[in-house]
Amino acid sequence: MRTGVSRRRKLWAVVALLIAVAAITPHSTPFLVLLITRILILAILAMSVDLLLGFTGLSSMGQAAYLGLGAYLTAILATRCQFGLGWDFLLVILFGILLGVATAALFGLLALRAGGVYFLMITLALSQCVWGLAYRWNSLTGGDNGINLPDRPVLGMIRLGNDAAYFYLVLGFFLVSLVSLYVLVQSPFGHSLVGIREREVRMRILGYNTWLHKYIAFIIAGGFGGLAGVLWAELSGQVSPEELTLTTSVDALLMVVLGGPGTLMGGVFGAAIVLFLREYLSTLVPWWQYVLGGIYVLAIYYLPDGLLGLLRRSPDAAVAAAEPVPSRGVGAAVGRHGTALNPKRRVSE
Amino acid sequence: MDTRFWLLQLFNGVSYGALLFLLGSGLSLIFGVMRIVNIAHGSYFLLGSYVALTVIWTTGSWLLALPAGALAIGLLGLAMERIFLRPLGFDVLRQVLVTFGFMLLFQQAALDIWGGDNFMINPPAQLTRSIAVGTLHLPLYRIFMIALAAAIGLALWFVLERTRVGAMVRATVDDAEMARGIGIDTARVSMLVFALGALLAGLGGVIGGAFLGVYPGVDLQILPIAFAVVIIGGMGSLAGAAIGAVLVGLADNFGKALFPEISYFTLYAPMVLLLAVKPTGLFGRE
Repeated sequence: MRTGVSRRRKLWAVVALLIAVAAITPHSTPFLVLLITRILILAILAMSVDLLLGFTGLSSMGQAAYLGLGAYLTAILATRCQFGLGWDFLLVILFGILLGVATAALFGLLALRAGGVYFLMITLALSQCVWGLAYRWNSLTGGDNGINLPDRPVLGMIRLGNDAAYFYLVLGFFLVSLVSLYVLVQSPFGHSLVGIREREVRMRILGYNTWLHKYIAFIIAGGFGGLAGVLWAELSGQVSPEELTLTTSVDALLMVVLGGPGTLMGGVFGAAIVLFLREYLSTLVPWWQYVLGGIYVLAIYYLPDGLLGLLRRSPDAAVAAAEPVPSRGVGAAVGRHGTALNPKRRVSE
Repeated sequence: MDTRFWLLQLFNGVSYGALLFLLGSGLSLIFGVMRIVNIAHGSYFLLGSYVALTVIWTTGSWLLALPAGALAIGLLGLAMERIFLRPLGFDVLRQVLVTFGFMLLFQQAALDIWGGDNFMINPPAQLTRSIAVGTLHLPLYRIFMIALAAAIGLALWFVLERTRVGAMVRATVDDAEMARGIGIDTARVSMLVFALGALLAGLGGVIGGAFLGVYPGVDLQILPIAFAVVIIGGMGSLAGAAIGAVLVGLADNFGKALFPEISYFTLYAPMVLLLAVKPTGLFGRE
């Protein structure tokens, strides 16, 4: 779909942007350091949503569950077992990823039995299960109050309690996530996922085990969600059931849709916009939520392919139009699922 | 844990289910007819409570607040469907995001208009008594809730199953394209059903405001529970919504009474299992 030159140019743009973020952030205000660290963490979550939504065509309304699991695991280990206060924090990260993977492996068995709107609902119900436990299981999770974490870990000479140091740690994990997800979606496996998004029946006829592909994508997304959760808990210093609500899951969906589904970087830009509004605009004006709500509504009507979709359309629109590749927009990604939920509307293969 | 405990919990569960039916039946019909996953449904509930409060503060009449809250939200739903939702078509994700955006807008608007305080809607004194049934003292208000939900359920059933308009709605649920083909104005059917669903949610808000309280956040609290009702019953089915509402009401009550630490889990886990086994719910059609 894209020419080699154009792709290379995009790669350079992303690299330049990340270098700029890495270089400038620690010299900005303390507030900005925290905000950008938050953006990077939620960008990991958004990329995991993008793997499902943009590449596989599954709209999950329960990605907050994995963020919450990772976050609560970190908090419980730190407060109950004093585990993860030093170098063992790296193990906590590993456990967080594994918990996300294991939970997604279980949840995926249930969720992938349904498609379209039912997939949406079942992922919502699953994440509500996790929320319910966090909210009510007082003896383990602290209930409504959540858990306050001790100071951030100290890794040898590096005190992560320093926000700039923690920013670099998060940036590192963000880069690893971005690169590994990029490699994944460029791999034959990633291309099969796109094939499933576009025409699952055809992929099945071609002999692909489409269920297994979707299952693996679901599990990988859960792992990245768990990673984001561990980083999130240490950043904010506390966890509460609030992070597990529908709002987090839908925010993650909006980040992807706003930035451009099926682009990975789109979720990153989306995370930046949503968090900027939620965390920065909210300190300036009391009516910030009108802006956020308005963006939710307007983005759907006026940015069907997200912000990166605008970029793509301008220079090589002619190339894209000439090739018989369907658009990667939201409409294309979920439109087929949307129609699939009403079987009578489905065009038979 | 004697029989009185069980009977009382049963009664509480059913009366909570009655409230959930008001929310769930509208949500279910909206989904059945328009395939819209309406995240703003919880907001309709909350806004219904707030409108009722304003009416009560200005006129002092709860009896007037009941239809006022319902009608105001019905009109709001009508406008929202007509202007914003109709052009969206059947794309689930876009519906979710747009209606979620509206939920945020309504949340902020409610905060600006009514503030962040915790209110209660006080029903008339005649309804706050309790009556003795055997050895149990049952609050009359909850009996009223059950009666109202039953009456509305029967009326809805009658309209859907026995009238011409109902036949048009059912035809649209079954096969919108075919319904259009034989001359049914499905756009108008959708608009009316959406408005009706919003109206029922608003009514639920007036009723529930005396019982759950009225405060920012009720919308997001009640929404997943309303979804549970719809999903368990099967989207688009009225009987399903009724049974789903009672089941969820009971699961919620007994869960909180018997297993307080995992009470929401006992609500959502059966929902997950049911969805996994039968994604269309108990009464939903393929």
